[in-house]
Amino acid sequence: MKFTIGWLKEHLHTKFKDNQIIQKLTDIGLEVESFEKVSSDLDNFKVAKIINVEQHPNADKLKICDVDIGEQNTVKVVCGAPNAKKGLLTVYAGPGSVIPKNNMKLTVSKIRGVTSYGMLCSELELNLSDGGDGITELKSKKYFDKVGKNFFKNNTEKVIDLSITPNRPDCLGVRGVARDLAAAGVGKLKNISNMKIKISGPQKIKVSIIKDKNQGCTIFGSCLIKDVTNKESPKWLKDKIISLGQKPISAIVDITNYVMLDLNRPLHAYDSDKIDKEIIVRNSEKGETFEALDNKVYKLDNDMCVISDKSGVLGLGGIIGGKRSGTEFNTKNILLESAYFLPRSIRKTSKLLNIDTDAKFRFERGIDPQSIQIGLNKAAQLIAKICGGKVSKFDVQSISNVKKNKIKFKISLFEKIAGFKIKNKEVIKILIDLGFKVSKKKSELELTIPTWRPDITQPIDIVEEIVRIKGFNNIEILEPQKYRIKDTLNEQQKLFHFLQRSVASKGYFETVTWSFTDSKINNLFKENYKEIKIVNPISSDLDVLRNSIFSNLTFYLKKNLDRDFKDISLFEIGPIFKDKKPGEQLTVIGAIKSGKISRLNWNEENRPVDVFDAKKDAIQTLLEAGYDRQNLFIREKSPSYYHPGKSGSVYLDKDDIDPVAYFGEIHPNIIKKIDINTEALVGFEIYLDYLKDKKLKLKDSKSKFQFSDYQKSDRDFAFVVDKNFKAQDLIEIISSIDQSLIKSVKIFDVYEGENIPKDKKSIALNVTIQSSEKTLEESDLEKINKLIVSTVETRSGAKIRS
Amino acid sequence: MSDIKKIKNEFLHKLNADLDIESINQIKSELFGKKGKISNSFKILGSLPTEERKKFASDLNFVKNELQEKINKKIQEIEVKEINSKLENEKVDVTLPERNIVQGKIHPVSQVIDEISSIFSEIGFSVEEGPDIENEHYNFTALNTPDNHPARDMHDTFYLDDKKELLLRTHTSPVQVRTMLKGKPPFKIIAPGRTYRSDSDQTHAPMFHQVEGLHIDKNINMGHLKGCLNYFIKSFFEVDKIKMRFRPSHFPFTEPSAEVDIGYELKDSKIVIGEGDKWLEILGCGMVHPNVLKNVKINPDKYQGYAFGIGIDRLAMLKYGINDLRAFFETDYRWLNHFGFDPLDVPSNYRGLSR
Repeated sequence: MKFTIGWLKEHLHTKFKDNQIIQKLTDIGLEVESFEKVSSDLDNFKVAKIINVEQHPNADKLKICDVDIGEQNTVKVVCGAPNAKKGLLTVYAGPGSVIPKNNMKLTVSKIRGVTSYGMLCSELELNLSDGGDGITELKSKKYFDKVGKNFFKNNTEKVIDLSITPNRPDCLGVRGVARDLAAAGVGKLKNISNMKIKISGPQKIKVSIIKDKNQGCTIFGSCLIKDVTNKESPKWLKDKIISLGQKPISAIVDITNYVMLDLNRPLHAYDSDKIDKEIIVRNSEKGETFEALDNKVYKLDNDMCVISDKSGVLGLGGIIGGKRSGTEFNTKNILLESAYFLPRSIRKTSKLLNIDTDAKFRFERGIDPQSIQIGLNKAAQLIAKICGGKVSKFDVQSISNVKKNKIKFKISLFEKIAGFKIKNKEVIKILIDLGFKVSKKKSELELTIPTWRPDITQPIDIVEEIVRIKGFNNIEILEPQKYRIKDTLNEQQKLFHFLQRSVASKGYFETVTWSFTDSKINNLFKENYKEIKIVNPISSDLDVLRNSIFSNLTFYLKKNLDRDFKDISLFEIGPIFKDKKPGEQLTVIGAIKSGKISRLNWNEENRPVDVFDAKKDAIQTLLEAGYDRQNLFIREKSPSYYHPGKSGSVYLDKDDIDPVAYFGEIHPNIIKKIDINTEALVGFEIYLDYLKDKKLKLKDSKSKFQFSDYQKSDRDFAFVVDKNFKAQDLIEIISSIDQSLIKSVKIFDVYEGENIPKDKKSIALNVTIQSSEKTLEESDLEKINKLIVSTVETRSGAKIRS
Repeated sequence: MSDIKKIKNEFLHKLNADLDIESINQIKSELFGKKGKISNSFKILGSLPTEERKKFASDLNFVKNELQEKINKKIQEIEVKEINSKLENEKVDVTLPERNIVQGKIHPVSQVIDEISSIFSEIGFSVEEGPDIENEHYNFTALNTPDNHPARDMHDTFYLDDKKELLLRTHTSPVQVRTMLKGKPPFKIIAPGRTYRSDSDQTHAPMFHQVEGLHIDKNINMGHLKGCLNYFIKSFFEVDKIKMRFRPSHFPFTEPSAEVDIGYELKDSKIVIGEGDKWLEILGCGMVHPNVLKNVKINPDKYQGYAFGIGIDRLAMLKYGINDLRAFFETDYRWLNHFGFDPLDVPSNYRGLSR
């Protein structure tokens, strides 16, 4: 919403200074986005000084001037004027300027092989005089310190640009803004000057509103103005239109726009000679078409509110007019429309057809249904004044009466909500100034809501009106109340925060990436989840919700590798989506690691990252979060984007169905498809939802502290087992032989090759044996040794290696 | 008698010389060996008259101990010397780099969420969360933004179906609705999380973060709202004074509604919060609209309270001098390293919010 202070003052008596008005607007909820002059074409003309003059190499009469235009560098301008000389102060027009005399638009151009940036102007070209040779010569006394400044003074008024919230249609007109300011004490609202117009004859074009179902138009006012001379608008009107950054079109169009901006009363002018007999306001039928003023042909659906005549649709009521009946400079007779359209109908139609116009913007927010006559009156008056013509009587058709809404307001509600007191008298004054009719009954007010305030329907709306006009700075700051209802974080949230920092502490950089991703990459990681398309993605490569965190992580890993980083550890903790209903999402940690360990290290051997790096980070994270390593169980099963032989899954318990984590090397095919260039790439994922509620609180889960001081013994074993026999099973077999004696089992070597059959491998273990009752004797140890060997051999088919 | 003294003097003299370990062993055996001088002296003990024997034995033992001690000391000296000379050859260049350090980083958004949670924890708020995918009811309708309401145009929404029923939440406010539906008042929650709008340029990202606040009880008014935000902003920016301005605004789900600006100034092109005469918009807030309370079956005549929504990324930018919003989500390793936080640097109220 744009207007000038001068325009505002047509509605408001005020002694306030501009900056006070600006401040007040923001204070009462009409946010000032900017307050500045609209830039003018004439701003391109600068005072300039010729620093140097050279002869043009290819033309005797041309010179190349070095011109100081007040910027860091001088510009080169080719000039043919005989008076161009070193030291001359003159007027420079840059590329893009339009020369006032001939409306020529300047561009950077080559003149006989030399590039000229702009032009030095003569007085003739600037419309300053009728003739004279050569470029303008400015008096150095007056202009010596003005180099770079605008040559023409910008006479346009500063424009206020307000950002009006959707609840305030009344402030989409200058008068509404003036009313709010008056209520806030900035001045007094002027009465609308209701100059009488000479009325001649009735409005002869019949108007009817058809009572269709959900008819979008309830009131249609109109008048005929005959024998007009449409023309360019007078200067004052043009200036108003231009000051808002719009283009003047013709007096009739400019006047309707002016009334809309002034009173928030959209109007439409038809060339009445182009109307076929009568105006019929009705619902459209599917398939009807019409060409609108934006030169587009719209195909209509059922039940859109149209203004039509005997030949068909003239326009979409309250949204856009039609080309067939539009006014032109040769229009002689016009029909002026001032109607009321229901916001819901306007919104539905404009959404379906994707049309956005100033009228639509206003009607969908709600226009004052009682502004029909005022609008017609003001516009007809101006048209008669500027274009001449005879104005008919106003014809107003309506299919429902304008309701005056009333509400009851308990004054005490104000203090209850706002937290501070205000005198009843002041409440009443504010409301009256805003246009309410107020009658007081004890502690209650009965309020008649002004028809231009469709946003006000209940008492809380009244509280808002009073508090915003009175000022938010009256609300006192109350100390925060510290009472607590629930713990800050629940168990799942605590886990989230813990795991996040746990993973980061292992050298991973946390990142946050979009929840959406490129379907092409997502397909590599989506497994059995549904693809969830975004109907209106911001770009085609962010077209689906992510089914895995790895799609974005690998994408950005590649970007960093391309930046010449090699050893990268990245992770993200956030949502992945299983399907598209609310809640069908999981919280997952995804982490990846590329390159080598100890690259370019003077004292450690470097090696590529491998599956056991990923496994360590995943397992350690779980241990740090309080899960017991003893119970964790590893399976080979893993999603297809991992290397099939070098990956696995982690279960909190052997009997669990859902793994809590996956780890492994990323599948080489995927590395190839995404075109990732690194020595090795591993990753892991932890599913927080499956970790849920598996854990007792520490205070409840700590067992009694028990230890043994009797001597420990270590025994080494080497078993030859089938190649695909799992180390985890071997440890499990040994550990469970006698849990009171076998304290730990450590694998210290795995060997395949010479001296071992091809389908076998040798696993060497160290077993720690300790009793909590006595120091074990050699015979006890021998007994347990034998038991270990025999149990392993029978349960695993292994052979002890001699 | 004099023999013992003689032995003593002779050998003390010998031992004062600069000796190696072998010569000391030699001396040792000369004294205490089978035929050593001290050993021999003990042998004559028996032949002495009783009256002398005691004195002789005592003198001899004294000398024996003295010499023994001297020898031990000497040996120790030599050992220390040997170790020292060995150490000289074991010197390494300690300016060589240490073994690899791995230092991970926490993203500024996560850090700031933790800071915010810590601040609100202090005044009794708990953290709630909600799904990223919402239906239009929770995201709009229940929040007093019916389908035909122009306020819906304020949000550029990502939709997941053609009927526009499923969408990515455009704000964290639906968490208010979900929280109030599943519980009973009073409510005192914050809800941080991801939010989405189909809007993308230098200052807008299609995904960003918000934290929602909601406090509903029997007599919570705008003074409490102001107090809560005043406390939060001061705590967050770790300043004693803050300039705060409430501007009336409009959100369908609160009334009265306001946008809040904080005062700042530019010092050496860095933003200094709390001083100066420039204003920066940082959040929207208001009293929860009675219609919203009715929608979640709470009687607005009995309960009332405030809600607010703050842009987390914006706060992080202001506090830590980050210029570009888009960089938050671009995973540039250099950026993450530069703006990331050490994982052990956990914001808390007793240790302080930030280092």
